Amino acid sequence: MRVGVLAVQGAFAEMEAYWREEGADVFEIRQLADLDRDMDLLALPGGESTVQGKLLKDLGLFEPIKKLIDGGLPVFATCAGLILLAEKIDDPGRRDDTRPEKWFGVLPVAVKRNAYGRQLGSFTTRGDFDGKHDFPMTFIRAPAITGVLSPDVEELSTFEGRPTSVRWRNITAFTWHPELNATA
Amino acid sequence: MLKGGVIMDVTTPEQAKIAEQAGACAVMALERIPADIRAAGGVSRMSDPAMIKGIQNAVSIPVMAKCRIGHIAEARILEAIEIDYIDESEVLSPADDVRHIDKTKFNVPFVCGARDLGEALRRIGEGATMIRTKGEPGTGDVVQAVRHMRKMQSEIRKVVSLREDELYEAAKELAAPLDLVKYVHENGKLPVVNFAAGGVATPADAALMMELGAEGVFVGSGIFKSGDPAKRAAAIVQAVTNWQDSKLLAKLSENLGPAMVGINADEIETIMEERGK
Repeated sequence: MRVGVLAVQGAFAEMEAYWREEGADVFEIRQLADLDRDMDLLALPGGESTVQGKLLKDLGLFEPIKKLIDGGLPVFATCAGLILLAEKIDDPGRRDDTRPEKWFGVLPVAVKRNAYGRQLGSFTTRGDFDGKHDFPMTFIRAPAITGVLSPDVEELSTFEGRPTSVRWRNITAFTWHPELNATA
Repeated sequence: MLKGGVIMDVTTPEQAKIAEQAGACAVMALERIPADIRAAGGVSRMSDPAMIKGIQNAVSIPVMAKCRIGHIAEARILEAIEIDYIDESEVLSPADDVRHIDKTKFNVPFVCGARDLGEALRRIGEGATMIRTKGEPGTGDVVQAVRHMRKMQSEIRKVVSLREDELYEAAKELAAPLDLVKYVHENGKLPVVNFAAGGVATPADAALMMELGAEGVFVGSGIFKSGDPAKRAAAIVQAVTNWQDSKLLAKLSENLGPAMVGINADEIETIMEERGK
């Protein structure tokens, strides 16, 4: 399997290590030419969604990637990656180019950024995930899924009554970091 | 989550917003940027918590703040206002000229400066979760950051090349914890993220530091001491992501207006990098 990892900012190295461990051929997406390669899955890593979103636009990657996702390319997204996909971003602050109402807006959920507080609000817990028990889940300055906007969204894990990972059509997205379990 | 990003020094909520809009992955809130600390002289301390809170309220990205080396109380105050990272920084006047803070006693993560591998591993042993080169802050002269990053990377390569039974002597020479020296031997990198800082003023400076092995860049005085901060900040952010693409770097370097004037690191009196070893 060929996995393209968005590597404009954030924890892309951890995401690459995770997919290499899964046996995938991994390459980085930093600019438009990188999208010429054959890709079976797009991985969107953690980081700062404001930074990643802005760089996607500045580097001309935004529309081509949206087209790929709309076309059914499987997507695996964590943390900031989930924020980039969400149909609605609950952000009480101001709105501007780095803090829009949505980025790709392709996943029918609402997310709240930094929902568990600042860096001090980062934590690890264990729970059920996609049929597996006692699965470690690391939340880092994590967002929360505050609303599910389609009945077809499948909830894979929950924490404090809210979904923390979901599957919908070609997209699997997490508020926590499954890719950090590989290296932890 | 800061990796591959640019962390910018800001002194007001307005500057913080400009930094966020330009694509900063975090901001460092401080009353005076290093160039002005240098110009003002005197004792330099932790910033006013009210000023830091103003910046926390202005942006959604992580906010860092500096405490003096060894100043446990300043660090506790910053933790109390839920700062995202504390920089135990040589830019401020040291409060303890021998010891650093025992950072393992805090929940908030710390970033510390280092000039070589031994210094980096000592700080990590004390609990730092992020390392940056010291460089020589507030100069706009990148020469010290280059020296520190080169030295750290070449020492890492040397540790990797050693026989296992030579690591004990290496730990002694580096004055660093043995378990961390072993980690470097096995992994060929620091156990925490490693950024460049000190004197970065242009997209080319940032790309140079990435080339030398930095995982991201702090820009202090270089942005808000320049002619067009928003444009320069955005250009440096792109340069860090695509540091290998020279054509793009050329484009990013065009028409940025005047860079900070800077001073040569060997012409200054206060040598901040010597603080805290």
